[in-house]
Amino acid sequence: MNSDTPVISAEDVWKLFGPNPEAYLSRMPKGHSFEDIRSDGYIAGVKEVSLDVAKGEMLVIMGLSGSGKSTLVRCFSRLHDITGGTIRIDGQDIMRLNATELIELRRSKMGMVFQSFGLLPHRTVLENVAFPLEMRGQDRHARRERALEMVKLVGLEGREDYFPRELSGGQQQRVGIARSLAIEPNIWFLDEPFSALDPLIRREMQDEFLRLQDMLGKTIVFITHDFDEALRLADRIAIMKDGSVEQVDTPDKIVLNPATEYVARFTEEVDKASVVHASVLAREGVPVDGEPVPGNATILSLARRLVEDTSDTIPVSLPDGITGAMDRKAALAVLFGEKE
Amino acid sequence: MSDSTHEDAAKSGTEAASIGAIRTRTIVLTLFGAAILLTLLKPWIPSALVRLPEDAILPWADWLDAGFSWLQNDIGLIHVTRTISGWLGFLTDAAANVLYGKSRWPRLEALPWSVVAACSAVLGYWLGGWRLALLAGGTLVWTALMGQWKWAMETMSVIVVAVPFGFGIGLLLGMCAWKSRRFEEALRPVLLILQTLPFYSYLLPAVIFFKVGPTAASVATIVYSMPPMILMTIVGLRKVPPDVVEAGRMAGCTRWQMLRSVYLPSARSEILVGLNQVIMLALAMVVLTAFIGMPGLGAKLLAMMNSFKLGRSFEIGVTIVLLAVTLDRLSKAWVVKQPEHFEKGIPWWQRHAFLLLGLATFILFYMLSQYLPILDEVGRRQSLSMGKEIDTLIKGFLAISWIKAITDFIRWFFNIWVLIPTELALLFVPTFAVILAMTGVGYLLGGWFPALIGFLFFSAVAQLGWWDRAMLTLHSTLTAVFLAMLFGMPLAIWAAQRERASRWMIFACDTAQTFPSFIYLLPAIMLFGITPITVILAILIYTMVPVVRYTVEGLRGVPREITEAADMAGATRWQKLWKVEFPLAMPTIAVGLNQAFIFAFFMVIIAAFIGTRDLGQEMQRTLAGTDLGKNFTLGFSVVFMALTLDIAINSWARKRRKVLGQ
Repeated sequence: MNSDTPVISAEDVWKLFGPNPEAYLSRMPKGHSFEDIRSDGYIAGVKEVSLDVAKGEMLVIMGLSGSGKSTLVRCFSRLHDITGGTIRIDGQDIMRLNATELIELRRSKMGMVFQSFGLLPHRTVLENVAFPLEMRGQDRHARRERALEMVKLVGLEGREDYFPRELSGGQQQRVGIARSLAIEPNIWFLDEPFSALDPLIRREMQDEFLRLQDMLGKTIVFITHDFDEALRLADRIAIMKDGSVEQVDTPDKIVLNPATEYVARFTEEVDKASVVHASVLAREGVPVDGEPVPGNATILSLARRLVEDTSDTIPVSLPDGITGAMDRKAALAVLFGEKE
Repeated sequence: MSDSTHEDAAKSGTEAASIGAIRTRTIVLTLFGAAILLTLLKPWIPSALVRLPEDAILPWADWLDAGFSWLQNDIGLIHVTRTISGWLGFLTDAAANVLYGKSRWPRLEALPWSVVAACSAVLGYWLGGWRLALLAGGTLVWTALMGQWKWAMETMSVIVVAVPFGFGIGLLLGMCAWKSRRFEEALRPVLLILQTLPFYSYLLPAVIFFKVGPTAASVATIVYSMPPMILMTIVGLRKVPPDVVEAGRMAGCTRWQMLRSVYLPSARSEILVGLNQVIMLALAMVVLTAFIGMPGLGAKLLAMMNSFKLGRSFEIGVTIVLLAVTLDRLSKAWVVKQPEHFEKGIPWWQRHAFLLLGLATFILFYMLSQYLPILDEVGRRQSLSMGKEIDTLIKGFLAISWIKAITDFIRWFFNIWVLIPTELALLFVPTFAVILAMTGVGYLLGGWFPALIGFLFFSAVAQLGWWDRAMLTLHSTLTAVFLAMLFGMPLAIWAAQRERASRWMIFACDTAQTFPSFIYLLPAIMLFGITPITVILAILIYTMVPVVRYTVEGLRGVPREITEAADMAGATRWQKLWKVEFPLAMPTIAVGLNQAFIFAFFMVIIAAFIGTRDLGQEMQRTLAGTDLGKNFTLGFSVVFMALTLDIAINSWARKRRKVLGQ
């Protein structure tokens, strides 16, 4: 496998619900809209989706309920069989796997976290975490070791023998996270993991999640309906509506250049200055003087410099030692939230 | 523009609804009108419409007999049943040896009663604290002290064998039905029939295929107790949350791992509720197997009632009720018992404290009973039974002149003014008129499907050839359920207005529902001896339980905002009750009514042994012989009548729920 091969690669993926969807898809005229399909008695869960997820990348899929985001992630893990197109995991077409190979794939490469936790109520925290290990037949001692390590990693030390009903929502989701990480998956699916939690806990869990990701560097597909959460966590965001992806891009670019009306409605309320980074506004090859600002600084954090500096352009240090330049007026426009 | 189309749509909607209502009324009135006309013109209509002529009735019983004998002898089912019979016999004998010392393998002595009682108390304590310990221990102490230990253990020896089988087979069938839609669709009607089949129809095949005694009793008990287990298994497996299922699949579970480690444990509560049902139905059935010569509490109760020894019957009745309540509470406590974790560093003997306590209790009482024979066995002379005294007490009480006057008056009044006239009236109605009327009832309640069922099923009853007896059965059922509503409704309405009374009433009804049906005959026999009133009274008491329970539940279940809105609209108490609470509670009340009918059919058949002239009487007679065909034609006459009402009432309740958006 080439190291440039995307970990997950989806090409023209369709998932239709209804009677004999394959036959319908093959005779359906091209360019049928979601509504057209619905009037034929089918629901387009996923419609013509193509996207790649690179190794170590965190892709956040954002959409309102019914937009097909959960369906799409279930296609990636083949909890749903897709109707058309191909999905490759590490270059391998998962629709060609037989039942045993699929089980093997899930046992070795994938972990998933669920919105309502999906914990087994009759098992203790430790037994829940060890569950995937038990399923793949690891011996008792080894799985206990590993599960204890995971429980410690998510900060539930001392609660190993509790049952799920004895834990708070946040703690239960920690168990879900520990379970999904137990087999050391390369790919980590998180289906609205924090939506069922109250806002304060949600924030705390997001921080915890970022800490884990810094440490582990997994390839992640994260589902959310909360745009702020998406902005906070994502390397790239895919925005979905009616089963199709409206736009896939970095948070900065989505905020600066929403591709469609629909995406623009999400970005309107966002404080752009705290999302957009200096590197995005910088152009290369423009010579400038002065102390460069770090490229990964948000415009908001540079507010004082932007206001006090009087030059037209401000130097920005980009990766690989290059220095770029950022147009100060453009940056101020972002800071004050003005339309260009 | 859009407003006007909405209005048009709404108007045409209401028009369609009112047209529908008018059509329903026309059809129903036509059917009822035709039925009444046929009845009034009885002397002039063709006699084939009055009663199906003898030569038009096909020899169903003979055909069934031929079919059974083909199954039994030509197919060789008899070898299968004899094998099963051998194994079940072996198991019940082993249980009988341990419980009451029947001299069979493993040839141990009977367990001392004190050991069983004390260990049950420990089990009760583990499941639900000292209350359940007291209940479980107390019940068994009472049983022993009353000198009923051996009988109770005879009964228990069938239960301990039948329950695991009923549970296991039910679970298996439930899982198959959950896996395969087609299997479920095939199974559902069978379960419906099994749940309405009169119990004599369980007993006779059991006797014919499995010899008289504990084996036949176990088979009848297993089959009878299984249906709810199947249903609860399906419900439980369907209810496993999708997240949990997906978590299992993402953990890389194979199909077998999914079932064993994900589905079954997640459906634990429903499966255990199913077990509770199996236990309760097994107890109810095993008491009734007295009719096919199974010794035990049921047989003793039957014998005592037949010889009118009221005191002794009362004591046995109390034992059966206590056993029922104990088994129910213990198994329900197990449903809600959640696993507890232990803090770190707790030694092993504390983790297994209850197991050790049970073991210690066992050894302690076993030793004690070696030195104190009274703890081993309560002899005939030592028992505290006061049968004779209670007998005198009850008979003396009933002989008090004003009490006697009251019971005599009730007996006279109901016989002369209620039972005899309505019975004669129902027998007078031509067969075809009854069929039309039932079709009308079906249409009124549920539309064309229940109407069709009513027509077909009542025609089938006529065709099976026991019409007059079927009408007598129907008459007892209808009268008793009507009376149950007459007395039960006001009680339920009264209770529903009061928080504490409601809770108490539902608790009482739930407890009463765990009693084996046989028990309900006792008070009726005590009050009225062996007369037609007794049958009606027994059914009345038995059916009042679901009527009251569901009425209270329905009325209490009306959402608070709605009653508050009614209060704010200035409704009086009565207006609120009639205009708001009753309409909303009706679907729930209908469930109770449906149950009442099923219970009534069940009871009226059992009551045969105190002397009725209906289907049950004939069925009881078949038990003495091998008339399986006749037994089944009689049994299915009951099934058809019960299912007609069941389907009609249920579809009405479903429609109502839909309208109310419940």
